[in-house]
Amino acid sequence: MQLAHRLTALAAALCCAVAAHAQGAGPIKIGLMLPATGTYAGLGTAIENGFKLYVQEQGGKLAGREIQYFKVDDESEPAKATDNVNKLIKRDAVDVLVGTVHSGVALAMAKAAKDSNTLLIVPNAGADAITGPMCAPNIVRSSFTNWQPGYATGVVAAQKGYKRAMTITWNYAAGAEAVKGFAEGFEKGGGKVVKDLNVPFPNVEFQALLTEIAAQKPDVVFAFFAGGGAVKFVKDYAAAGLTKTVPLMGSGFLTDGTLEAQGAAAQGLLTALHYADNLETPRNNAFRKAYALAYKSNADVYAVQGYDAAQILDAGLLAAKGDLAKRDVITAAMRKVTVDSPRGKFTLSAAGNPVQDIYLREVKGNNNEFKSVAVKALADPARGCKM
Amino acid sequence: MDFATFLVQCLNAVQYGLLLFLVASGLTLIFGIMGVINLAHGSFYMLGAYLAFGLAPLFGEQFLLMLVAGVLLSALFGFVLEWVFFSYLYQREHLQQVLMTYALILVFEEARSLIVGNDVHGVQAPPWLSGSFALGGLMSYPWYRVFASVACIAIALALYWVVNRTRLGMMIRAGASNRDMVRGLGIDIRLLYRVVFAGGVALAALAGMIAAPLSSVYPGMGGGVLIVCFVVVVIGGIGSISGALVASLLVGFVDTFGKVFFAEFSGVGVYLLMAIVLVWRPEGLMKRGY
Repeated sequence: MQLAHRLTALAAALCCAVAAHAQGAGPIKIGLMLPATGTYAGLGTAIENGFKLYVQEQGGKLAGREIQYFKVDDESEPAKATDNVNKLIKRDAVDVLVGTVHSGVALAMAKAAKDSNTLLIVPNAGADAITGPMCAPNIVRSSFTNWQPGYATGVVAAQKGYKRAMTITWNYAAGAEAVKGFAEGFEKGGGKVVKDLNVPFPNVEFQALLTEIAAQKPDVVFAFFAGGGAVKFVKDYAAAGLTKTVPLMGSGFLTDGTLEAQGAAAQGLLTALHYADNLETPRNNAFRKAYALAYKSNADVYAVQGYDAAQILDAGLLAAKGDLAKRDVITAAMRKVTVDSPRGKFTLSAAGNPVQDIYLREVKGNNNEFKSVAVKALADPARGCKM
Repeated sequence: MDFATFLVQCLNAVQYGLLLFLVASGLTLIFGIMGVINLAHGSFYMLGAYLAFGLAPLFGEQFLLMLVAGVLLSALFGFVLEWVFFSYLYQREHLQQVLMTYALILVFEEARSLIVGNDVHGVQAPPWLSGSFALGGLMSYPWYRVFASVACIAIALALYWVVNRTRLGMMIRAGASNRDMVRGLGIDIRLLYRVVFAGGVALAALAGMIAAPLSSVYPGMGGGVLIVCFVVVVIGGIGSISGALVASLLVGFVDTFGKVFFAEFSGVGVYLLMAIVLVWRPEGLMKRGY
């Protein structure tokens, strides 16, 4: 008898749960596919922290609905990317995908999201293709394209009156995209790129190319490196005595998260990015304070991108009043939003990439300090995007 | 390219080649003499770099003393490692050797991540080596790079002397060509191998320590070095120290001038060199020439 009672209760509970889900009051399932191990683990953590900080600020709910997280470590491994993203799409049946740092992995995610028509928000990976040939209504990005900081650096270099430039990067997609952006901005301003140098990824033996730069004596050098390669390049460049004769400029990643290791060699370097360490705006200060309070560490550009990914999602959900079935309303609203980001307000382009101010920053001590706005409201050209 | 630039590029090539030799010599010792394919060799290079990062603050200006301490620590580490893991590998197939040494790479990387973290760190060159000198008005050249080259030459000479002129060297060469016979003559071959392995680890770690101020220390730094080292060992002839020296310098030159003249194909040059050498002399430039 008692058993029968229990079964009835259980059935009732189940039936109510199903009904509740149908009405859209169950939790929204968010799949976080970020690196939890490997070189980019720290970046993954910052993005996740930023995302969750925004959700917490909304009382743990978006558009009145509970949030349930599903997590997969993508290991920054493109070969495993399709399997990993399908764990979230097929096994966990998530409503929204958020990820990731590595461009190769993000491209696989974009493909899977496009095929399964799952919402995808990319909180870092800068591959131009994601909001270029791969673009789709259900894919947006809260970060940047590799082209954007490159282009802005080119504009600034031309404004400074430099005429002949050389570029140097790893021989891989991100580097080629940044260099292309730089050349576009620089040549539009009347400069000319005389030679592109590159090193196989992830080789860090630069001495031969530094000698080449010294021999050619261009007015300015544009570099795209990140992490360990950025540290070594900047130190080698200074050790070769080139800093005094040929100014070095770069995409922000040249000096982001690497300043402690670069030390004196990086002082005074000019780089362009959509964030700077000391943006003295009330919005940024409030964000940094909340972040430091919640996670006992300093917010960085990756935390901002995670935070903004949640803001974009929230805007879409609010427009549809939390009803995931109204997909068109959500995707349209996500494109129309003006994001009140710690980096400054930005909108999204038709292709789904931020139209944002790119800042010129100067290295002082262990900070990339804001110097000026390099280009206002810069939109990626989204070449190859047909929508 | 004018003559001055050409000379500077030659200097770059020699300097890169010598540093490569230092890592590859340890690999060729272990590979050629003990017959173990050691994929974890790059990790020993990384170990050295992180040792330099950890020890530098303790030793301050005593850079050379720090190198000695690092070499002793890594040799001890190699000694224990051979005892616990590698001594079981000599009679096994190459596949099993590859599997175990690959597993060691994963363990070392994860241990590095847990102990030091995933950030990139710089190591300061000692103050007495931190300056640089002008090179024909073209660019300046750091003294530390000169020091690294001189250190590599000194170590190459010392290695040559040990292998060819000492009793230990004689035993090592004998052990490489006939393990059982050497044991029959009353030499403790297990201990001998343990010493050789420890020496190989110490060489790689020393290379890592010397390279640390040049290259900074970062996750995964052993991986890149490992592949070039295998290329050097294969070109030079497996187990040959002098072959490794010649091959390192060749690779240094091909890499340096490849980057300058054929920027788009710079990654291919070294492997092309290897392919040509293997077609011409499948056993490598010097077969067991020591």
